[in-house]
Amino acid sequence: MSSYNLTHIKELEAESIYVIREVFAQFENPAILFSGGKDSIVLTHLARTAFHPAKIPFPLVHIDTGHNFPETMKFRDDLVEKLGARLVVGSVQKSIDDGMAAEEKGKSANRNAIQTVTLLDTIEENNFDACMGGARRDEEKARAKERFFSHRDEFGQWDPKNQRPELWNLFNAKHHHGEHFRVFPISNWTEMDIWQYILLENIDIPSLYFAHERQVIRRSNTWLPVSDHIQIQDKEKIVTKKIRFRTLGDITITGGDESNADTLTKIVEEVASARQTERGNREDDKRSETSMEDRKKEGYF
Amino acid sequence: MSGYLDMELLRFTTAGSVDDGKSTLIGRLLYDSKSIFEDQLEQVKKSSERKGLADTDLALLTDGLKDEREQGITIDVAYRYFATPKRKFIIADTPGHIQYTRNMVTGASTANLALILVDARHGVVEQTRRHSIIASLLQIPHLVVCVNKMDLVDHSQEAYDRIVADFEDFASKLDVKDVRFVPISALNGDNVVNRSEKMDWYEGSTLMYTLEHIHISSDHNHIDCRFPVQTVIRPKTDEFHDFRGYAGRIAGGVFKAGDDVLVLPSGFTSKIKSIETLDGAIEEAFAPMSVTLTLEDDVDISRGDMIVRSNNQPKQLQDVDVMLCWLNADGPKPRMKYTLKHTTNEAKAMIKEIRYKLDVNTLHRNEDDKNVTMNEICRVQLRTTRPLMADSYRKNRNTGSVILIDEGTNETVAAGMII
Repeated sequence: MSSYNLTHIKELEAESIYVIREVFAQFENPAILFSGGKDSIVLTHLARTAFHPAKIPFPLVHIDTGHNFPETMKFRDDLVEKLGARLVVGSVQKSIDDGMAAEEKGKSANRNAIQTVTLLDTIEENNFDACMGGARRDEEKARAKERFFSHRDEFGQWDPKNQRPELWNLFNAKHHHGEHFRVFPISNWTEMDIWQYILLENIDIPSLYFAHERQVIRRSNTWLPVSDHIQIQDKEKIVTKKIRFRTLGDITITGGDESNADTLTKIVEEVASARQTERGNREDDKRSETSMEDRKKEGYF
Repeated sequence: MSGYLDMELLRFTTAGSVDDGKSTLIGRLLYDSKSIFEDQLEQVKKSSERKGLADTDLALLTDGLKDEREQGITIDVAYRYFATPKRKFIIADTPGHIQYTRNMVTGASTANLALILVDARHGVVEQTRRHSIIASLLQIPHLVVCVNKMDLVDHSQEAYDRIVADFEDFASKLDVKDVRFVPISALNGDNVVNRSEKMDWYEGSTLMYTLEHIHISSDHNHIDCRFPVQTVIRPKTDEFHDFRGYAGRIAGGVFKAGDDVLVLPSGFTSKIKSIETLDGAIEEAFAPMSVTLTLEDDVDISRGDMIVRSNNQPKQLQDVDVMLCWLNADGPKPRMKYTLKHTTNEAKAMIKEIRYKLDVNTLHRNEDDKNVTMNEICRVQLRTTRPLMADSYRKNRNTGSVILIDEGTNETVAAGMII
């Protein structure tokens, strides 16, 4: 009897594949939100696993802020080609040009919050009734409250205090016209699980996750990469450091850690001994204690 | 690190109110297993100071929403994660107030184990009984009763023994297979992760040792083969021109290539040709794996069908006896049609009869009052538009559970366990 035993990674994988297949079966026009980060890469890998040997039956949706790491963009295009999947790009620049969104002002201005406008527009334009995302409950306290199937009203808003109860593995995807769902198949994975799975399955990830030499500045207790999109203040000094990124967001808000972890095995060891959460270096989460909850209610990822 | 890859997953639920030390216990488990990060702790410290608290309030770590932190109450199920070198744990942390039975049921629905907290000064109280009854109704395989705040009763063995005897007396009426007891002080960490020096009379395991070693591999049903089909995979490419695979998660039993199988409800029979995964075909697969089956014969199979063995079939029910937990502010309406979800199947259902309401504090059956409201549990008979291929919930949680959805609001209004 005891030989019929799954390891925790395989049990998480089985759960996620089940959720992804439920999305395919219960929705008309579902998509995967693809950021180029490790979580959406793992999600995409799981979707491929779920429908093998058929092709992945979802388009990948990328909300392009224009403030990307060049490495992420190349990775995205290579992956889309390899999968033979359809890529849908929502452009934040276009939302700004159309007057739908306004650029933030101030020293640490970035395009993180206004992505929501573009995301909701892209969902509406393409009539997506479900968008799968790689958010995990261990990442952030508002995300710890998410359902697997998370209902959004016609304005794309999340009502965290009035969520549908979710029992066993019975998912309720019923919705009125114009409403949609966000679905989080890897809800129960932790950062450590993600890295273990990447190692186990030998999944390709952008080079940014591995330790590399890069020009950076010190700001808000982290190493921010130098790029065309960042305004360097007079007192800030450009230095070259060996760093790696634990999470990937826009190049303007993603801080790196000094690291020598240049292989997957070393990364796993580093994550195991980490004393800071992975989003600790994300400027977008530092703004207030409830910044994630506030953004999520509006329709953020 | 190599150990990490053969870890098992244990899901457990905790229920309790503000003062029984539940948050302190969770904080202790997370803290002592080094699962709290420095920046998380820093944030909690700052919030505690802002609220004018003298000590760091670890409850702020588990309360995720703004309203919860402001009001100091837990509104919704929160999921927490930690790992030791032996196991990975998922905690479904649910609020303990009486009005939140629905959250407790939600958290319990996927749990292997329930932690029941008892305050050593007060012993077995109404809330203890309610949590245990819900754990028993939801068939959580293991109960661990933590007699907490032992420091406040001088670590007395008599106090502990009395509570154990009281609980055992009450639990004899419940349907639970495995109950264990641990005397702890969550505040001081006694018998949580480390053995207590103040209770040398206690010869059992610490809570963490119990969580790490309790036998969970037989929590899944590996006897009765059940494969609810989620979707059909047809690549239609040159390479896989004739490939027709049935995708699903095994809800019970073990399937092997070459097995004779029966497809329900059609009654077609065939043989398993292969069990496919991304890494190639495998010889056998068991619950709760997600796989793709191919069959020797071309038979008509679609979502909602179930592949089983002909010598071991589920019941086909249209009149379904169910223990129902009502989850919605609007109570059930007679003759109203609901959408019922069961495995990957969907039907319309009507509540034909409410037999009795169950008092979750006493197990008393009330056959006179049939006015069911939110957070109440009742025994009903449902009539469905088409047969469900079902087992009793006791036999299999996957094929024995249903939810009801209001067709007007689309909300999930009830959760049911087939009797």
